Amino acid sequence: MTRNVWDKRAVHIAGVAETALGEVRDQTELSMFAAAAREALGEAGLTLRDVDGVFVNYMGEEGSVQVAEYLGITAPRYADSTDLGGAAFEAFVHHAMLAVAEGRCEVALIGYASRQRTRRFRNMAGSPVDADSLAAQFQSPYGLPAPIGHYAMMAARHMHAYGTTPEQLAEVAVAARAWARLNPKAWSRDPLNVEQALASRMISTPLRRSDCCLVTDGGGAIVVTTAERARDAAKPSVRVIGAGESHTHWHLASMPDLTVTAGAVSGGEAFAMAGITAADVDVLQPYDSFTITVLLALEDLGFCGKGEGGPFVSGGRLAPGGALPAMTSGGGLSYNHPGALGALLLVEAVRQLRGEAGERQVPDARIAVAHGVGGFNSTAATVVLAR
Amino acid sequence: MSHGDAITAPFWAGAREGRLLLQRCARCGAHQFYPRPFCLACDHDTLKWEAAAGTGVVYSRTEVHVKVREDLVPPYTVAVVALDEGPRLTTLIVDGDGDPGAGCEIGDPVEVLWRARAEAPPLPVFKRSA
Repeated sequence: MTRNVWDKRAVHIAGVAETALGEVRDQTELSMFAAAAREALGEAGLTLRDVDGVFVNYMGEEGSVQVAEYLGITAPRYADSTDLGGAAFEAFVHHAMLAVAEGRCEVALIGYASRQRTRRFRNMAGSPVDADSLAAQFQSPYGLPAPIGHYAMMAARHMHAYGTTPEQLAEVAVAARAWARLNPKAWSRDPLNVEQALASRMISTPLRRSDCCLVTDGGGAIVVTTAERARDAAKPSVRVIGAGESHTHWHLASMPDLTVTAGAVSGGEAFAMAGITAADVDVLQPYDSFTITVLLALEDLGFCGKGEGGPFVSGGRLAPGGALPAMTSGGGLSYNHPGALGALLLVEAVRQLRGEAGERQVPDARIAVAHGVGGFNSTAATVVLAR
Repeated sequence: MSHGDAITAPFWAGAREGRLLLQRCARCGAHQFYPRPFCLACDHDTLKWEAAAGTGVVYSRTEVHVKVREDLVPPYTVAVVALDEGPRLTTLIVDGDGDPGAGCEIGDPVEVLWRARAEAPPLPVFKRSA
């Protein structure tokens, strides 16, 4: 049972929506987000004219500003463009929770859309760095692929320290694929087993193609508000009962321990606020940018001890029918990864709590956790939701 | 011509002389890398530059199988090395001739070499110690 220590006004997620997903050629990022925002607000029984808090990043300069203008929101009371990469959206829920509870805004619109696949943004060198920056001086000259090389270094260290195996990492990808096969919107739905995963192309040891997330177009919208403002909602709202955020490092060599992530702090903060432990979680949406990202998060959030992630994910524990349903949309590995996955983790968590996830529904899910990760496993933000 | 920025320039001046320079706190004696204008360990603001031994141990490593830079042909190994003085740095593992392509294992002892660059000071890279 949970003992929620949040003593302020109850804050809810009252609407969620995905943008168009996959390869999106007939829309812009702004039009994609507008459609998702209107759909999510519609679920909440609200419209764009009700929005007084805007939480957006990675859609052009000045974060929320261009998006709000496009949506016709010209006088929000609260604006937030926190830059925590893929974890920004869980951090946005954290911030919106506090802002709504304090009355600094009442209807917070959170989200993002990207066409990174169609527009071919990605390359192995990562984003260009300022020639005078510390990264350009001390990291870029060594040819570490970004972001995968950073995660590969963490996986290699974890294997060395704890005996984690490539087969155990593959189990994460196999579980995600098994969930994706139950989701009609998932990008990759062909069957995948451990043997097939281990036969995929090596990219940066020990990580293979099958350890890496997709590169797709997509995004999502989330509406955070009060129970009162959600009274006309078309669907049940879910409560936000805990949230936390943190970050550890930017340059790989500055990460204090390559096997301990910012999730140790963000998860601890969120679970303490919610009054839960990992044992209370019915469904988990971990940020599966890479298989190792999930394994480290499971340890740092307390689902297992440090170093126990490999054995923990074995035997299909995260897969359909397993003891800890995780990545239930198919995740970034097999459903969709639009560059910043955090918004879609929240969408899936809410749908699971509402019981509207179709074939992939986790029976009687009451507590869901969305755990965002960003940068080079640099940032984390954790949200605990309850119905 | 100086390289780097106002805080890191002494490191790159050392690199031109084949010296791996670290900052060391005048008060607590802690070494640090990359350079800052204060001590990360005790917050003191007087730091001196000292030559490191140039030896360390591989903390983690990855063999890269994709092309990232024009001047590096895969596969090659990038490592995080823990210097004997304490700080870690990201680096390239090279063979005894200084060429990329050599591998290493976590825990291997390594020592610094300098890789010449056309437009910048030599880059500190590491080879496995004999």
